[in-house]
Amino acid sequence: MSVRLTILEQMEQVAREHGKILAPLKEELVLAECGLDSLGFAVLVARLEDTLGIDPFTAAEDAYFPVTLGEFVKVYENGAR
Amino acid sequence: MRMARVEAPSLRDSVANAVSPRFFWGRTASVCFTNLDHGTSLGGRLAELAGRSVLLATASQLTTALALIELDGCARRIVILPPDVDAANLGAVIATAEIDAVVVDDGSPQFPDFDLPVRVTCVSTVVPADANPPTGYHTEWLLMTSGTTGEPKLVVHDLANLTGAVRARSVADGAAVWGTFYDIRRYGGLQMYLRAVLGGASMVLSSAGEPISDHLERLARHGVTHLSGTPSHWRRALMDPAIRNIAPRYVRLSGEIADQPVLDRLRATFPQAAVGHAYASTEAGVAFDVNDGLAGFPAAFVGPVRDGVEMKVFADGSLRIRSPRAASRYAGTEHALADTDGFVDTGDIVERRGERYYFAGRKGGIINIGGLKVHPEEIEAVINQHPQVGMSRVRSKQNPITGAIAVADIVLKSEQDAASARQAMIKDDILKLCRETLPRHKVPAAINFVPALGIGAAGKLARRER
Repeated sequence: MSVRLTILEQMEQVAREHGKILAPLKEELVLAECGLDSLGFAVLVARLEDTLGIDPFTAAEDAYFPVTLGEFVKVYENGAR
Repeated sequence: MRMARVEAPSLRDSVANAVSPRFFWGRTASVCFTNLDHGTSLGGRLAELAGRSVLLATASQLTTALALIELDGCARRIVILPPDVDAANLGAVIATAEIDAVVVDDGSPQFPDFDLPVRVTCVSTVVPADANPPTGYHTEWLLMTSGTTGEPKLVVHDLANLTGAVRARSVADGAAVWGTFYDIRRYGGLQMYLRAVLGGASMVLSSAGEPISDHLERLARHGVTHLSGTPSHWRRALMDPAIRNIAPRYVRLSGEIADQPVLDRLRATFPQAAVGHAYASTEAGVAFDVNDGLAGFPAAFVGPVRDGVEMKVFADGSLRIRSPRAASRYAGTEHALADTDGFVDTGDIVERRGERYYFAGRKGGIINIGGLKVHPEEIEAVINQHPQVGMSRVRSKQNPITGAIAVADIVLKSEQDAASARQAMIKDDILKLCRETLPRHKVPAAINFVPALGIGAAGKLARRER
């Protein structure tokens, strides 16, 4: 499964578990408005580390966190390479 | 405030008064310790140790068990060296406790620090002794705290306050067989050792590195009647099929939080046994026993003086204890063991729900998830309810959004469940249980199935390793 599909699937899974409704997962969707709260994102990052084997944010020197879903996916795609 | 000390029977008297032979059963050797009445395991050299501050540095628990009986009432101090002590700390321990003699056995390491004025070897046999042993000293017993960080603290006890919670000898002298998963050189194990010796029983000693199934077989062979350990010890034992070969009539847990699942599993495994959990610490001593089969303890325990022990709960939820069984002080430091009112801070956090207090966890063990605080132990207690879970450990994992998040390492009871096909299903099932029971932030973000979880030398779940 591609990195992108894994992320989208995990987002839906976490949203389901946390009783949240996701906005349509488009490239330009602003993460802050996607429907997951900070705890949801915290869990998502932990799950993605399990499935993809990386946590690109904790590993990074600078504490940059992406704004849109497209940027979020890209960070993982770059890290997975 | 100092409290009156109760008079303790001496270990030597209990041996002298024995009506039947009693034994220490070790992994590789066993000894009839009642022969110590007119006998010695110290080569008859006890007189050389009289009035000295003695480091008990034997490698085996069998020689420790024998030497303690000879040394009590003879040495000025007994400093009990736990098996896992860092050699780098030895010099400081020797200086602090003014140690001027050492008791070793043939397995003791050859540390240069053991080069002391008197060095006596303890053997795992008892031979007749010619002279009457020198007695009459009020011996101090120094134990090391099981803290995992920094230099160990030396906690000063004597036999009277160590045995404050031990009831007088049972009538059935020689009929009881005590066993413990603890090492007797730690407070929890020493309590069981003292109960066995003073209570007219024999004892099966544990041995570091011995497979749990072999230990259970030995306990079965000697017909263990009273068995104690930490909840982690018990969870590991309950996963072993050899547990079915023992039938103790008293089962005891201490040293960690006894959650309802482990109490229920012990009740189901040993329907004939009384199952009790005790609260004790090296500093505060044994505070109370709970024998109603339920986790936590009645709220009525807090406030009034019960059995000499007074407990209160501070605003931060920490349990404080004032007790005649508490240690008198730390050796070699001005650091106070108790506050000015004589209360020892246990560092354990309790929460009241209805008419009962429950242990939440350690003050220092809290996971901070984006400002929301969680005790790993309360998540473990929920995970442990799952029928396929043998034991679990919740730990903090660094997280870029909330700073930290809780993740769980879980040992499944059976190897079939650990096969990958069933794992995903069980994982979902455990997460569902957590979501139904816990607030959202306490649900583990990830679950890892692991083949085993480490248990430290003091019998507690190792929380620091990954």
